[in-house]
Amino acid sequence: MNANVYLDHAASTPLDPSVREAMLPYLDGKYGNPSSFHWVGKQVKDDIDSAREQVADFLCVRADELVFTSGGTESDNLAIMGYARKNKSEGKHLITTALEHHAVLEAMQHLEKEEGFEVTYLLPDRDGLVSVEQVEAALREDTILVSVMYANNEIGTILPIAEIGKKIQQWSENHNRSALKFHTDACQAAGYLDLNVGKLRVDMMTLNGSKIFGPKGIGILYAKRGIKLQPLQFGGSQENGIRPGTQNVAGIIGFARALELVVRDREKESARLIELRDMLINGIQKTVTKTRLNGHPTQRLPNNVNISFMDIEGEALVLYLDAAGVYASTGSACASASLDPSHVILALGLPFEVAHGSLRFTLGRSTTKKDIDYVLKTLPPLVSKLRSLSPVRVDEKYYS
Amino acid sequence: MTEKVDETRYNGIGKVGSPACGDELRVWLKVDSQTEKIKEFHWRTFGCGSAIAATSITSEMVTENGGMTLEEARKMKPQDIIIRLGGLPARKIHCSVLCDKALRDAINDYYRRAKQFDKIVGEASRVVDPVSKVTDHDIEQAVKDGARTLEVVQQKTKVGIGNPACLPAVEELIKFYIEKYF
Repeated sequence: MNANVYLDHAASTPLDPSVREAMLPYLDGKYGNPSSFHWVGKQVKDDIDSAREQVADFLCVRADELVFTSGGTESDNLAIMGYARKNKSEGKHLITTALEHHAVLEAMQHLEKEEGFEVTYLLPDRDGLVSVEQVEAALREDTILVSVMYANNEIGTILPIAEIGKKIQQWSENHNRSALKFHTDACQAAGYLDLNVGKLRVDMMTLNGSKIFGPKGIGILYAKRGIKLQPLQFGGSQENGIRPGTQNVAGIIGFARALELVVRDREKESARLIELRDMLINGIQKTVTKTRLNGHPTQRLPNNVNISFMDIEGEALVLYLDAAGVYASTGSACASASLDPSHVILALGLPFEVAHGSLRFTLGRSTTKKDIDYVLKTLPPLVSKLRSLSPVRVDEKYYS
Repeated sequence: MTEKVDETRYNGIGKVGSPACGDELRVWLKVDSQTEKIKEFHWRTFGCGSAIAATSITSEMVTENGGMTLEEARKMKPQDIIIRLGGLPARKIHCSVLCDKALRDAINDYYRRAKQFDKIVGEASRVVDPVSKVTDHDIEQAVKDGARTLEVVQQKTKVGIGNPACLPAVEELIKFYIEKYF
């Protein structure tokens, strides 16, 4: 048994060899501090500046609107806490959804518990969608920030960001509320969806290197000109003082190269993965009884498959698959240290036992039809085995 | 899929947990009424890999070498299950506690059916330290009242002060209740 089928690309992607190549000089000869005045530092600063320009081009924004951070979590935290704290005189109401990543949810909860903000958590429908009307209905005169993810990391549902953005813009114009801003966490979307910030009508956007075949420890926050953020850390003027600390040079260079590749290959790769994704979904539904596809059937990331297997627990299935050389997950990797079932699947209005039975496969560049065939051969007997050990029988109304 | 278990084959049935808390265990025992030895231990587990492993190893421990007597089985602690498994990650300790509880529930059920009511042990008040007579319920209460370490639980309950042998079990219980409530 030498299978090695990695299907957890939503947790982390392998580093693309050409990204690694681009980064190597900065782990070696180009060690200068970009803030230094001498040539050793200056050449590194020039390279960071070009990388920033390049990223700005891909997002159709200006270079000075980008803040390099340590990753998606920091970017989300900076957008939410940084904006809320700096602009609290304009209002203390925030809006988000119940299916956000914890980097958004826990930042919101912190502001709610410790800093006197009020947060509205919008509940998605059964497919994980949040509508423009829901957002509009929640807007108030004291709302300063709306944060809605572009695509969900667990169930892959793609949210209507452009429409929500348009509505928020209209609303803020009609109500003369220029302080009202819109943030989106686009970490999972970055590899597959349009990142043109103007079209999406977002004021802030989070991206992360390790989900797009780039390095870990690097992310960006796009923040539109004029947006004031309170930094989360102090000690220097790097990144316009919003994110002090010597830049992660190799990370920035790697991020720019990784983004270049996903933007270049986006359409072709998405089409290829949609075919494999649907092959996996259909194959599982055909060979395994009592399953439920979590997330929207079509408004879905090309690389995401999330299925609940009734009567069994997802984590046990992950372990058996692991032993068979298939690497999947129960939900987000960040949550797997907690014993709670997925907050995303619970937010869809499904009971605990359905959430506990969820399994996520996320495909990537290396995924082939052969991998899918192997999973379809390996998975059904493991589900049967675990079901034979289980005392639970989930109510029929939760699967078809 | 396995069919429904034929419960008439067994004379002690135990259950703990629910799918909502992430684990549900059921245990069916066949006890020899002459020797009170466990002859068969049938089980089903809805839960993570650790819960399944803990139940599976328990089934071996109680039935090997001709089977444990019910009294011996009751002396078995979560710690014994963990040692036999070669350890469990800290956040999975509760799996072995659950399995232990399912077994105790089944033993009580056996005595209930055998009408030996004096031998039924209330689960809510299992004595963990025979010297101080502190029960698991007392430890649960101490944790609920804010105790997070063995030292603080000892200040509140005096558990194990005259009987350090019970301390590993007490520490497991503290972990279990912290995970359960906080």
